[in-house]
Amino acid sequence: MKVRILLALILFVTFAPPCVRAQGYSVQTNNAILIQNATILTITHGNIEHGSILIRDGKIAAVGTDVKASDGAIVIDAKGQYVMPGIIDCHSHIAVDGSVNEGSVSVSSMANIADVLNPDDISIYDDLSGGVTTANILHGSANPIGGQTIVIKLRWGKPASELPFQGALPGIKFALGENPKRSNFTPPPGVEPRYPATRMGVEETIREAFIEAGEYKKQWDDYSRKKAAGDQNLLPPRRNEKLEPLVEVMEGKRYVHAHCYRADEILTLIRVANEFGFKVRTFQHVLEGYKIADEIAASGAGGSTFSDWWAYKMEAFDAIPYNAALMTERGVVVSVNSDDAEEARHLNQEAAKSMKYGGLSANEALKLVTLNPAIQLGIDNRVGSIDVGKDADLAIFNRDPLSVYAVVQKTLIDGQVYFDREKDIAARPALGKEKQDLLAKEKRASEEKKASDKLDATPEKKPDQRKKHPQNSEDNAAAGAGGGR
Amino acid sequence: MNKMLRIRAAKYQVIALLLVLLLAFPLWSQRAANVYAIKNAKIYTLAEPPIEKGVVVIRDGKIAAVGADLPIPEGAQVIDAVGLEVYPGMFDPITQIGLNEVGAVSATVDTNELGDFNPELIAATAVNPASAHIPVTRASGITEVISAPGVGGFDSQSSGIIAGQASAFNLAGWTMGEMQINPSVAMVLNWPSIQTSSFDFSTFSMKEKPYEDAKKEYDKSVNQLSDWLTRARHYAQAKEKGSLDLFVRDLKLEALVPVVEGKLPVLVMADEARDIRNAINFCTKQNLKMILASGAESWKVKDLLKEKKIPVILGPTERLPEQDDTAYDKPMTQPSELNAAGIQFAFSSFGTSFSRRLPQYAGTAVGYGLSHDEALKAVMLNAAQIFGLADQLGTIEPGKLANLIVTTGDPLEIQTEVRYLFIKGQLTSTDNRHKHLYEQYRKRLAPAR
Repeated sequence: MKVRILLALILFVTFAPPCVRAQGYSVQTNNAILIQNATILTITHGNIEHGSILIRDGKIAAVGTDVKASDGAIVIDAKGQYVMPGIIDCHSHIAVDGSVNEGSVSVSSMANIADVLNPDDISIYDDLSGGVTTANILHGSANPIGGQTIVIKLRWGKPASELPFQGALPGIKFALGENPKRSNFTPPPGVEPRYPATRMGVEETIREAFIEAGEYKKQWDDYSRKKAAGDQNLLPPRRNEKLEPLVEVMEGKRYVHAHCYRADEILTLIRVANEFGFKVRTFQHVLEGYKIADEIAASGAGGSTFSDWWAYKMEAFDAIPYNAALMTERGVVVSVNSDDAEEARHLNQEAAKSMKYGGLSANEALKLVTLNPAIQLGIDNRVGSIDVGKDADLAIFNRDPLSVYAVVQKTLIDGQVYFDREKDIAARPALGKEKQDLLAKEKRASEEKKASDKLDATPEKKPDQRKKHPQNSEDNAAAGAGGGR
Repeated sequence: MNKMLRIRAAKYQVIALLLVLLLAFPLWSQRAANVYAIKNAKIYTLAEPPIEKGVVVIRDGKIAAVGADLPIPEGAQVIDAVGLEVYPGMFDPITQIGLNEVGAVSATVDTNELGDFNPELIAATAVNPASAHIPVTRASGITEVISAPGVGGFDSQSSGIIAGQASAFNLAGWTMGEMQINPSVAMVLNWPSIQTSSFDFSTFSMKEKPYEDAKKEYDKSVNQLSDWLTRARHYAQAKEKGSLDLFVRDLKLEALVPVVEGKLPVLVMADEARDIRNAINFCTKQNLKMILASGAESWKVKDLLKEKKIPVILGPTERLPEQDDTAYDKPMTQPSELNAAGIQFAFSSFGTSFSRRLPQYAGTAVGYGLSHDEALKAVMLNAAQIFGLADQLGTIEPGKLANLIVTTGDPLEIQTEVRYLFIKGQLTSTDNRHKHLYEQYRKRLAPAR
């Protein structure tokens, strides 16, 4: 077990449970937390100076300047600090066990990221330390139609079953351009290149899959209709795990998150979506989105982009840091994402870049990593702003989070503190000692093992002798018995 | 035509000529005079305390004067910088700018040569002065960089053991000749790490290897490296004794001579504490002048770095800790730890497209304890000192190259803009590919509103 994982577990044990256990189970008092004296960046109704937030049962119960703590509420004094909604990362690959790509086939919709969530991934804790509370965990971009995706909350220390964001619609990853056509990957020797290898082929693969899914849907619709009409002699169609998620897409029960770069391929997917009657929920990366912002806005899709990444591949050569601002200006709901466990730690800084590049207001910039991704993921009734009734997912910074100097002090999810900078620092000496003790113990154990292996070694090296002299058991060989024969 | 008319015509001609001269004069003077004065600015010279309201005079590419009460020279082009701040330009000391245009398109990448020992290669040879990265990067206030061959960054893989010579140049100019500061500031040495696990592209997963095998490979690489240095010493001795005519000229050994003589520093890429220690011991034994680069675990080797006076070019503060049990904020707190220990360091992006994040990396370190003054030095002055260029760069002092930026405020803050940019004393445009594309497509979208 990695020490830093232990660290956060310890944080959880020493901090969170006392709020719950030590004072009994009275929901009224023990689940209440009051954050006071803070500058509150509500996102939806301005900033509140010297404000307080009352949290009850994991939800925001009150926000304002004259909020009083109920008896027994735990008080977090945030004097001089800033509270913003927990950051939402609309493109992440953390907490995934193994590869995020099922790249062997062009359509891998049968694969589901939800099946391989890894709650021990240290990246969860790393991203909490940057104020991230919710992340859209996506399959990779190796296929035109990739695997199923899931929205999680970063409930570090909880089992995999408690990570999913309950009530959030599941998604599916689509991908256009260089990655699904595998232009930057060389197959290992002996492995055939995989179709498609062009943007034409990518488009065809998606259309083909939806034609198939449409026929499959028809089979089930027919079956359901006949069954409803009382037909007794019916066999249900055979379930198809590849096509089921695509039927859900057509029925609006599953969001499409489409990885894309170039303007032309974005327009292509909008056309294909119209042909088959589905909607693209978000265009991911969408680095040339600014070129066709009006078309994206008209399609109803959101855009989830990088702040300033560019030129790492050909389709990223026209990327500009003004992308988020320009799409926003044209009415697209825009988020700034990380696609990376490290980048996620400073999405507040990345959002600030849209003020410099394109002139967004401070509130618009903050929306890029809070309310807007919440809207894109269909969870804005639950998170993304500091409003009464919403989940108490909050990030507390020591200064304005749009400053490069701002450092996260605490991160709360459902009203529980999952990250606390002070406690993290305080726990370090003990953890360091624990590591040294474990290392010393391990060293002793391996020395003891070495010593006993050495003793064991003599008879093992002479198997023939042992066969001839079965009385040379390991015990008496070690004692020197049977020697000299 | 009568006489009167002729005189009148002549008069008009003279007036016309005068008018033309008068109109042309400002253009002409701009081109030739080469004198600028920035006035009413808050000036951070980095040599003296900031000047609240001062003047910087630039003449013929150099800083001519700086102070609170200075006369504006006649004919100078004046920039009234009320409310603005002046700093030395930022220096990104390890990049692949000019060598790497589009990371994934190998035709546009000249960072990694074949072979493990290429000391004769010089980055400046392949730097493309027309790279789109140059105007994009300087618009963020970075006025000079070092490009290094064979160094892995966000958009490239490291390769080779001795990868070649790193070159320092200004981010403006038509040719490398015009841009060049020093084509050879250091020899890049990718320290052969003892790697027990490596990424296997055929299976797209990590592959483990026993320590003994990894150590064997490491020993082999270090022996090869020692061998090259020994041969370079012999080559130098032969050259000194005038017996070089008995040798065939060897470009590789020739390039290594200043290294073994301790004149050209080795820029040693290493992250893990074990590798850093091994590299320091090796360089000490070999009498090499070492600069540590990347140095993720420098904090574990502080005593040794301090004792041997080895400066560090730090990789991005915005990276994940090396080990799962390292404190989550170690990459951000490390700069202040090194500073407290008296170890000289500079920030660097190690990238191409990420070079413009240099101030962000420094600002982040300030959030985690480094003083703002030290952070400014670590993006403006320290690299110049470490690479022996501080006589030309790093502070606003008379006689130095006029590489400076005029900003709307704190240059480490994300929202701060660079209003004016001087490189080699020339007022340099902040226009770039990104601004052009923005304006171009904004026009496309505008009528629809």
